[in-house]
Amino acid sequence: MANLTLVQAINLALIQEMERDDRIILLGEDIGRNGGVFRVTEGLYKRFGAERVVDTPLAESGIVGTSIGLAMAGLRPVPEIQFEGFLAPAFDQICTHAARMRSRTRGALTVPLTLRVPVGGGIHAPELHSDSPEAFFAHQPGIKVVMPASPYDAKGLLISAIRDPDPVIFFEPKRLYRAFREEVPEDEYTIPLGKARVVTEGDELTIISWGAPVVQCMNAIESSGKSIELIDLRTIDPLDTQTIVNSARKTGRVVIVHEAPKNCGLGAEIASRIMEHCFLYLEAPIQRVTGFDTTMPYYKMELEYLPEAERIGKAIEEVAAY
Amino acid sequence: MTTRPAADENLAAKLPDETLRKWLRDMLLIREFEVRTMQAYQNRLIGGFCHIYVGQEAVAVGALAALEPTDPIITAYRDHGHALARGMDPKYCMAEMFGRIGGCAKGKGGSMHMFDKPHHMYGGHGIVGAQCPLAAGLAFARKYTDEVIENRASTGVAMCFLGDGALNQGAFHEAMNLAGVLHLPVIYVVENNGYAMGTSVARGTTMAHELTAKAAAYGIDATSLDGMDVMEVYNGMKPIVDRCRRSVQPAFVEARTYRYKGHSMSDPRKYRTKDEEQQYEAQDPIEKLAGFLMSERKFAEADYDSLAKAVRTQVREARQWTDLSPPPDIEELYTDVYADAWGPYHGTSLPLMMKDTQQE
Ligand SMILES: Cc1ncc(C[n+]2csc(CCOP(=O)(O)OP(=O)(O)O)c2C)c(N)n1
Ligand SMILES: [Mg+2]
Repeated sequence: MANLTLVQAINLALIQEMERDDRIILLGEDIGRNGGVFRVTEGLYKRFGAERVVDTPLAESGIVGTSIGLAMAGLRPVPEIQFEGFLAPAFDQICTHAARMRSRTRGALTVPLTLRVPVGGGIHAPELHSDSPEAFFAHQPGIKVVMPASPYDAKGLLISAIRDPDPVIFFEPKRLYRAFREEVPEDEYTIPLGKARVVTEGDELTIISWGAPVVQCMNAIESSGKSIELIDLRTIDPLDTQTIVNSARKTGRVVIVHEAPKNCGLGAEIASRIMEHCFLYLEAPIQRVTGFDTTMPYYKMELEYLPEAERIGKAIEEVAAY
Repeated sequence: MTTRPAADENLAAKLPDETLRKWLRDMLLIREFEVRTMQAYQNRLIGGFCHIYVGQEAVAVGALAALEPTDPIITAYRDHGHALARGMDPKYCMAEMFGRIGGCAKGKGGSMHMFDKPHHMYGGHGIVGAQCPLAAGLAFARKYTDEVIENRASTGVAMCFLGDGALNQGAFHEAMNLAGVLHLPVIYVVENNGYAMGTSVARGTTMAHELTAKAAAYGIDATSLDGMDVMEVYNGMKPIVDRCRRSVQPAFVEARTYRYKGHSMSDPRKYRTKDEEQQYEAQDPIEKLAGFLMSERKFAEADYDSLAKAVRTQVREARQWTDLSPPPDIEELYTDVYADAWGPYHGTSLPLMMKDTQQE
């Protein structure tokens, strides 16, 4: 066991998987000699060489498209995009090729790639460097979307993502990269995709969240003094409907928390599934605590934009008292 | 296409004293502004990402001098220098980085968000290379307005600044091809400062030793020039601008330059040597122009000092103005998203800068 940050846990997972499987290739801008903008791939270039840790030109569409080709030919590329905002130039390749290749070829060709992408706000960065676009990709059938909220989960989920036969976007919450440490086993372990984690058990109210806001939810729960069940989705697509439904039926009161804008955010999908499965169990309307339906503002206002503990606490009070 | 030699003629040397002094003043202003910006960043008064233009001043100043003030320009995120060279009052630029309502984007954007519509400066854009097609559109609009709406010969030229890293983006190539096919008067100016973050130009792009080759496939005239010398930039750029305007055609220019500082404020610069940095600093564009003025134009140390003093005062005043400008109200999050007010949105209100300029 080692006490690791989320960055270190991902770094460890990459090393262990690359040692196990020489089909794994990393590609990205400044990921090799410089170890990446967030230093997630630090030391890997030295360890595995330029053939397996490939510094690419500044070309996201090229990076992702090339990775798709590598994957179609049987390799296991793990490309990195520096910030979620730079997914835009690669959106074409992700949605038109990666996500559809299996169904388009009826299973003859597959795209087992894992696209690593730092995501979200809270690090004093501007728009395009602080966004939460997970719903765009969850909306696209054929691609899985994962977002860990702890070092332990990051390692286990990344290994599962790399081994998964389908394309996975692996979002890494920047705000949590170095926010805290956690015991992470050196030995390999996997956490299945599509399985949520019950962070705290409770019977008065359910909070559903993922990524960096999970930490804010824990703070809000602590100061609420209530018995609250916190669910960290870990995988956004496929969504663990069963865990959500079990908890919503138990508590009858649900708050959903995410950083992305509210309009058509994942909270809407989750609320809708709860309505489908738990209508008669609900004691209160479901509330969503989210980013606003605007562009991420300059960092001085970002804590207003993000769902911080105080706003979550208010929603807890309202839903509990309804 | 032809690769043209830069600077057939020393056009800049024929310009009047006051023009060259203005160039020196503009470069000094950018340098002073950037030095104060770095200090404010280190004192945590500015945050986010902040890309400093020190070392590259001659490119913006020399290139913009070859344009008409109404010709549209656009650039990426290393944008303070272009905004100032185009005439943005430094107070709006400073206030933007400090996150104050008086900023050119109402303090809601920061360092990468320099816009100055009254001066035909169209940004300030954070996605590498994505400004290139916009520049084609700006050129297209000028041409269309003249030829189709006004029924006269095309008169405008758009200038698009990009980094060497942007050469590797699809958007750049799509824009070049489109500009070529549609005969758009747009000039792509690559500020080749040797690096895209930590990736040297040779590691990042093919034909790095001859970037003008990139333009060959598009049949676009290309020139490479010394971006560390403002007179050379002007000498190379002026004929290109005139030709593009006259013939209504695109052009491609490589300006060889160097950023003295890191990519952004958090860059230990391990990918290059101190030696290399000193080599470029020794060819400083500001000293070069000052040297020319002193040897050829009876410019004295005292003249230099008074220019330096004037820009220090100007930047200090910009800073004082910034300190008096409040941060945007939280309601500003819902302003400027749509034209009209509806639902949570408050409609649009222009930045103070534009209201000020309209009154002028
Ligand atoms: C599409 C996209 N990918 C990556 C980035 C991150 N990034 C910002 S600047 C930069 C380097 C750009 O280098 P260059 O074009 O040479 O311009 P310079 O910084 O040297 O002015 C990178 C990789 C980005 N902003 N946009
Ligand atoms: Mg560069």
